[in-house]
Amino acid sequence: MSEKTTVNSPMPGVFYRRPDPEDPPFVEEGDTVEEGETIGLVEVMKNFHEIEADTEGTIGEFLVDEEAEIEADQELVTIE
Amino acid sequence: MITIQEGGIASTVQDRGRFGHYHIGMPPSGAMDKYAHTVANYLVGNNADAATIEMTYQGITATFDEDAVIAITGADMSPTLNGESIGTWETVAVDAGDELELAFATEGARAYLAVAGGVDVPEVMGSRSTYTLVGIGGHEGRGLEEGDELPIGEADGTPSELVDTQLDDEYVPSYADEDTVRIVIGLTSYRLTDESKERLCEAEWKVSAEADRTGYRLEGPELEFKEREQPFGAGTDPSNVVDLGYPIGSIQVPQKPIVLMQDAVTGGGYSTVGTVISADRGLLAQRQTHKSVYFEAVDVDEAIAAREARDDRLETIRAEIESTN
Repeated sequence: MSEKTTVNSPMPGVFYRRPDPEDPPFVEEGDTVEEGETIGLVEVMKNFHEIEADTEGTIGEFLVDEEAEIEADQELVTIE
Repeated sequence: MITIQEGGIASTVQDRGRFGHYHIGMPPSGAMDKYAHTVANYLVGNNADAATIEMTYQGITATFDEDAVIAITGADMSPTLNGESIGTWETVAVDAGDELELAFATEGARAYLAVAGGVDVPEVMGSRSTYTLVGIGGHEGRGLEEGDELPIGEADGTPSELVDTQLDDEYVPSYADEDTVRIVIGLTSYRLTDESKERLCEAEWKVSAEADRTGYRLEGPELEFKEREQPFGAGTDPSNVVDLGYPIGSIQVPQKPIVLMQDAVTGGGYSTVGTVISADRGLLAQRQTHKSVYFEAVDVDEAIAAREARDDRLETIRAEIESTN
């Protein structure tokens, strides 16, 4: 599958790639992911919302940094 | 009965609020955007006191166990009924077994679901509003979760006759564009330097990720306080005063400003340098995280006039909806 998709954030907030500052990232660039696999978190109002891969594939590139402030619908990561 | 399939991020039952207990530390709670809450109720033939479901950033998915008449107002969360798109700010008929699904907010932050007869959870201290911090009111004192069952109250009149009523466009707020809220300077603004008082009304403030029903923390320039020897009873920090009651909407300045909202802390010792007027608090509640907000200073008379204008507008809307019936 060579089709490239992006996962967008459903809501504004702060983006995290790790479940906890001490833990490794959910996924790294080049990892294979299943549909529905957690690839990051968005924090808003002290709630953490899981961002899931909307398709299976290989993680291409993260388009935002760890702890970046993101807007609703902002592109987070590409999946190829 | 409404059965919740997915609760969203922070969905709670709210009415106009829990009044008369502020002195014992009980904030009013109630809908964050009173205008949207009230219009939703009017569209289904309820009075303004009926309880609605307030959804923040992400809507609920729910099924109806009985025929119902509903209206969704506030933030646009692209509602669908059995997968078919339905309108907002209008009255919609729902059949028993129908599934209502709302997505993420594209414009604004909070949507309201009203149902004819109201969400009939028990009253606690005179209100059906949820106050999650102490776990009272609404549905079990907490946000809605999968499996929750919410009873629907007995409707007055014949709400089915209101179906397809659409709110006139001129009454639909444009949440994405409303970036200015009016404030009354005070109570303890005398603690700010003159420069900082000006800065408060000139600066671009950004809603932080810590903005919820208790308070909206804002990011922006530093505010500075006049130097003084702190009096007995005030803390040592220059932003501290001797304790006072915090008005709802008050802008307190621990360091970064926090605007207190419906689930406010009721009192304490931070300087409250201004208060967002009641007519504009709903607009602030609809500003998404990272969006800009500007303050415009008005006096108390203008604040009261704005509240009366808002109430008149709601009364006009109520009368127009009634006359279309």
